[in-house]
Amino acid sequence: MPKDFGIGASSKRREDLRFLTGKGHYTDDFNRPDQAHVAFIRSDVAHGRIKGIDAAAAEAMPGVLKVFTSADFADAGGIPCGWQITDRHGNPMQEPKHPILAEGKVRHVGDPIAAVVAETYEQARDAAEAVVIDIEELPAVMDMKAALAEGATKVHDDLTSNLCFDWGFVEENKAAVDEAFTKAHHVTTLELVNNRLIPNAMEPRVALAEYDRPGDSYTLYTTSQNPHVIRLLMGAFVLSIPEHRLRVVAPDVGGGFGSKIYHYAEEAFVTRAAKVLGRPVKWTSTRSEAFMSDAHGRDHVTRMELALDENGTFLAMRTETYANMGAYLSTFAPAVPTYLHGTLMAGNYATPLIYVNVKAVFTNTVPVDAYRGAGRPEATYQLERIIDMAAREMGIDPVDIRRRNFIKPDQFPYQTPVAVVYDTGNYQATMDRVLEMTDHGGFEARRAESAARGKLRGVGIAHYIEACGIAPSNLVGQLGARAGLYESAKVRVNATGSITVFTGSHSHGQGHETTFAQVVADRIGIPENMIEISHGDTANTPMGMGTYGSRSLAVGGSAIVKATDKIITKAKKIAAHILEASEDDIELADGVFTVTGTNKSLDWSAVTLAAYVPHNYPLESLEPGLEETAFYDPTNFTYPAGGYICEVEVDPETGKVEVVGFAAADDFGNVVNPMIVDGQVHGGLAQGIGQALLEQAVYDENGQLLTGSYMDYAMPRADDLPFYKVDHDNVTPCTHNPLGVKGCGEAGAIGSPPAVVNAVIDALQRAGHTHVTHIDMPLTPSRVWAAING
Amino acid sequence: MTKVTLKVNGKEVSREVEGRTLLVQLLRDGLGMTGTHVGCDTSQCGACVVHVNGEAVKSCSVFAAELDGADVKTIEGMANPDGSLSVIQQAFQDHHGLQCGFCTPGMVMSAAALLKENPRPTEDEVRHYLEGNICRCTGYHNIVKAIMAASGQDVAVAAE
Repeated sequence: MPKDFGIGASSKRREDLRFLTGKGHYTDDFNRPDQAHVAFIRSDVAHGRIKGIDAAAAEAMPGVLKVFTSADFADAGGIPCGWQITDRHGNPMQEPKHPILAEGKVRHVGDPIAAVVAETYEQARDAAEAVVIDIEELPAVMDMKAALAEGATKVHDDLTSNLCFDWGFVEENKAAVDEAFTKAHHVTTLELVNNRLIPNAMEPRVALAEYDRPGDSYTLYTTSQNPHVIRLLMGAFVLSIPEHRLRVVAPDVGGGFGSKIYHYAEEAFVTRAAKVLGRPVKWTSTRSEAFMSDAHGRDHVTRMELALDENGTFLAMRTETYANMGAYLSTFAPAVPTYLHGTLMAGNYATPLIYVNVKAVFTNTVPVDAYRGAGRPEATYQLERIIDMAAREMGIDPVDIRRRNFIKPDQFPYQTPVAVVYDTGNYQATMDRVLEMTDHGGFEARRAESAARGKLRGVGIAHYIEACGIAPSNLVGQLGARAGLYESAKVRVNATGSITVFTGSHSHGQGHETTFAQVVADRIGIPENMIEISHGDTANTPMGMGTYGSRSLAVGGSAIVKATDKIITKAKKIAAHILEASEDDIELADGVFTVTGTNKSLDWSAVTLAAYVPHNYPLESLEPGLEETAFYDPTNFTYPAGGYICEVEVDPETGKVEVVGFAAADDFGNVVNPMIVDGQVHGGLAQGIGQALLEQAVYDENGQLLTGSYMDYAMPRADDLPFYKVDHDNVTPCTHNPLGVKGCGEAGAIGSPPAVVNAVIDALQRAGHTHVTHIDMPLTPSRVWAAING
Repeated sequence: MTKVTLKVNGKEVSREVEGRTLLVQLLRDGLGMTGTHVGCDTSQCGACVVHVNGEAVKSCSVFAAELDGADVKTIEGMANPDGSLSVIQQAFQDHHGLQCGFCTPGMVMSAAALLKENPRPTEDEVRHYLEGNICRCTGYHNIVKAIMAASGQDVAVAAE
């Protein structure tokens, strides 16, 4: 029987009631009295020297309050980067300044140069047109390998080159890896591109700031996944505002997928402008601005090799990746191709020797940062593509070669050769489940049926692993993180027993208001509707790190459990006093405290009331009230894993690929709300299938963004996608957090691209197009057709 | 400036609007009805879909000045008179057809228009009809399920 409340129940989402009736509170829905509006003037060239800015005409236009340039931010810091990578020679990465408004040079199309603040947005836009910017255009640095050539044009004149860092992982293993290749029975080599993507949360970014002069304090409403992080980065590093004078509110946020983690220039701009002008200042991104100012994702170019013995056992792997950083270092950018990528190169397999080399490169493009999966999709794509290729070269079934190399259930905890230790997993069981879900044995019959309709059918499998529950602070500190990655929770029990939970996690579609309430309800045994979840406001929530990296339940949920357990411990003391029993004899079940072995009991609400009306209360040993705060810092990452199978039909006449079946068998550890978990996987799959078949950010050689709107950037639509089969019943609970959960937000986007590409290559191979061993994503009809006819 | 008088969710309203004011701006900024969202600037995403005289319309692509006398319905007017969710809204909640909620108003308004003209659409018809509504969260799976359920069809077989 499915549970009807608490952990394991598919509770309907409470947040839906406001979203379905137009009563959500997104940042753009906020307006403050007397607010002014911003229009940014953004570079229309990729690289150039600013010779002059003439704002005289614009400043005289109706409604214009001020035209800002970098001179207005001379005392401000640059937008900081949150990670410091040390290269393979022990040197720190090159870290250029990222100004709020361009200083001297523009470095990508969309780089903000100046901004007009006016009474209305239309007036600001009209005036922005009248600002004359004189730019001497410079050659655009676009190709990563060319960018590293001797004498290449530099994106940042004050750096020694366009190389941000040259990272080796694990550098000490390199010689042993190279040695293993000399003894291998077979070596498979693959060159591939992980296509650049634009996250495209449906809600464009918004920032609205106001300044209170008597209190010298600020409030910033912003579309953020982590308001405390924005407060810290902007307050401490950019504008020098102490935390107690800066409140950051991230209300309902319309999707993030990583793109709303980072501190952006526009947030600092409106905050400073609100003080300068003494009025609230609001900026709402257009979608066109979003395309050229939200951090992009992926964009890796990789050459890799896999060494195998005669049985198809993996002996060693080595990779060389060029990772595009864009023009500046976004908040998490250096961590993505390194510690979120290199550490996952073992996948589900017992490959003993691995060496990963990553060269991070500056180019004249929008900064690149974490996008759903962040490094782990890049790792999984490489690994699962080269395994398929090796299997084909050696005449081994792709399912069998994976099976032979899986880490076995009795090998956990498993120390990989790329630093991380997997706590638990059962990859064989996951594979068995996905094969069963897709009736893998019936594939040939389906292929014949497709062939009868003139379609080429193929099947692709991919297994992924990811490191979620980010992250143990002491470990990431050693790896270069400049922040801790714990999470906070404050549980406030009200006098009559209802509860408000303040969480440092942030929900922008994940349904925390429902899921977190289920966790607390389950722990205490009271109805979910007695619990309210509050998030997104630094004014009422302990310092939290926010939501990304599938961390909210594993880290934020664990903090809530910890705080709830403190509440229960105290409530038991109160109950023991009233019931005149020993504290050790008090049990809490279904919201009732009982004395073990007796019929003496007290309701939850009787105890909570006693905490606030302490007439009969152990005041000599216990403070009144019932409110507890907890911070949870994980001891390891969590390691969700899964097996995905995709079936495609390729139209040989047009090259069009249709996904005709997709199944995902995931091990997320324990699941709190199966309905929500299904939905998270569906969404991830759509983004992964989108990457595989449709999406790509395209720049021309001059650095112009050719995919700057939904007319050009192929977002997956309803008729591009199938129904998916998803399953998460194969559970190996996480061993080191109190809920046994692993995280589910990114899995779909990580595991699906290689499954799709493997399926297309399989379709073409089976149809006799044996020369087609790889096609770079996205597998558009023209690329597939060209491959067939190549 | 032009004065327009129109009905929004059954209530008559009058406003002075500029020639360039879009219907969605009138709704959000002029009337404070922020349920209708703007997700793009090329009339592609569909977050702003409302009904004008019973037809689904992208409110970012209509000038407010053209709507004198029009009957406009928005997401704020979709619940039952007693405030409970309508059949389509309830189906979206029951089938988890929304996550961040940003595209949801447009999805619900498009779904209502679809079911009005095609009360029992096939899965393909639903997917084709939603071509002008982009969702980044759900992968559409549960949106399609919700709309088919709202049409009274058994979706468990189709989807699982």
